[in-house]
Amino acid sequence: MAAADKVDPIHQFQIHPIIPLHIGGYDVSFTNSSLFMVITIVLASAFLYWSTASRALIPGRLQSVSEMAYEFVGNMLRDAAGKQGMQFFPLVFSLFMFVLVANLIGLFPYFFTVTSHLIVTFTLAILVIGTVVVYGFAKHGFGFLKLFVPHGVPGYLLPLVVAIEVISFVSRPISLSVRLFANMLAGHITLKVFSGFVVSLSALGAVGIAGSILPLAMAVALTALELLVAFLQAYVFAVLTCMYLNDALHPSH
Amino acid sequence: MFVTSAFAQETAPAAAEGDTHAGTAVPTPEHEAFPPFDAKTFPSQILWLVITFGLFYLFLKRVVMPRLGGIIDVRNDRITQDLDHAARLKGEADAAVAAYEQELAEAKANANKIGQQASDAAKAEAEGTRKKLEAELEKKLGEAEASIASIKAKAMKEVGTIAEDTTSAIVEALVGGKADKSEIAAAVKSASR
Repeated sequence: MAAADKVDPIHQFQIHPIIPLHIGGYDVSFTNSSLFMVITIVLASAFLYWSTASRALIPGRLQSVSEMAYEFVGNMLRDAAGKQGMQFFPLVFSLFMFVLVANLIGLFPYFFTVTSHLIVTFTLAILVIGTVVVYGFAKHGFGFLKLFVPHGVPGYLLPLVVAIEVISFVSRPISLSVRLFANMLAGHITLKVFSGFVVSLSALGAVGIAGSILPLAMAVALTALELLVAFLQAYVFAVLTCMYLNDALHPSH
Repeated sequence: MFVTSAFAQETAPAAAEGDTHAGTAVPTPEHEAFPPFDAKTFPSQILWLVITFGLFYLFLKRVVMPRLGGIIDVRNDRITQDLDHAARLKGEADAAVAAYEQELAEAKANANKIGQQASDAAKAEAEGTRKKLEAELEKKLGEAEASIASIKAKAMKEVGTIAEDTTSAIVEALVGGKADKSEIAAAVKSASR
């Protein structure tokens, strides 16, 4: 039972309260997930704050990293949504940094991965789509609905196309959140499974230790892959956010 | 914790009721839903995400991004300024080169002019000297010619006298006796014509 617990790949996703808290019948305890959310924002904020503290004209390494992240997201948003889109720069930059740092922290053994929970990624996705919808209607009124009516579509096809457009719009928060969540979850499960092989094989003696080299090598390679995925998923999340915000700015495509 | 209680359950099946209660009460998380789909944790996660992400957003928007934007703007301004400065310096350098070349050309022209003047003056002087010398030589030539002429005339006169003397001597030798000097002179004169 103890051994089974050790290699249980799901165990790492369990949430347990650290400071129990109940408000209005809801369990809003400060959990390990909350703790790592706090660690994520503190680490990201501290890095961005201290690396730029000297405001050096010629940046040091850390300041370069902060500036690169800033300009990377800035260019991404400008390319996707134009100059008008820059009003959403703080939102996109916060999302990118939050997801990136949360993903990277999750790679450390025994650390909790905030973004491996669907509700977290879904809340972020709803924040994005909510911003798109609210801003779209505030700026264009009912003109925002032109988003669902593409130009140059024959009248008899229009109901079908509109239906497809509506479905694709509604599925956006789902695809946006599931993509990030599933990538993180699958990556961590795979890592855990291969690491578990190393542990269980090593327990079998000399042959087992020799045999455990293969899963160990896999675990190392997967760690590198997960590092890439951690960055890539943060990037994808930010890029899609930029494209959805572009729809809010320019609904008629 | 649930490991030990479950273990206790296995080793002591006929344990007290309290133990089995603990065994069924504590391992419940194991039989619950897959953690990411466990709706019981949703309110806590949403609340803490909203709090942390909200704080993070505000901090980035208020503190970090103005600072980063400022750093990059200052750098871009500085680069533009430096480029302008460099362009201005280049313009100045080009102007200096042009001025230098102009001065050089002027100096060359001056040098040529001075050289020309010097050579002209030297030529003129040489010419003057030559003319003076020529004039002197001419004068000397004239004088020489005059002296030659006078010498010639004197010689010619002496030639007459010699001829007269010679004639008188010849006459004396031939005829004997003295001949009249004036006659001889007249005869010589007419003969020498």
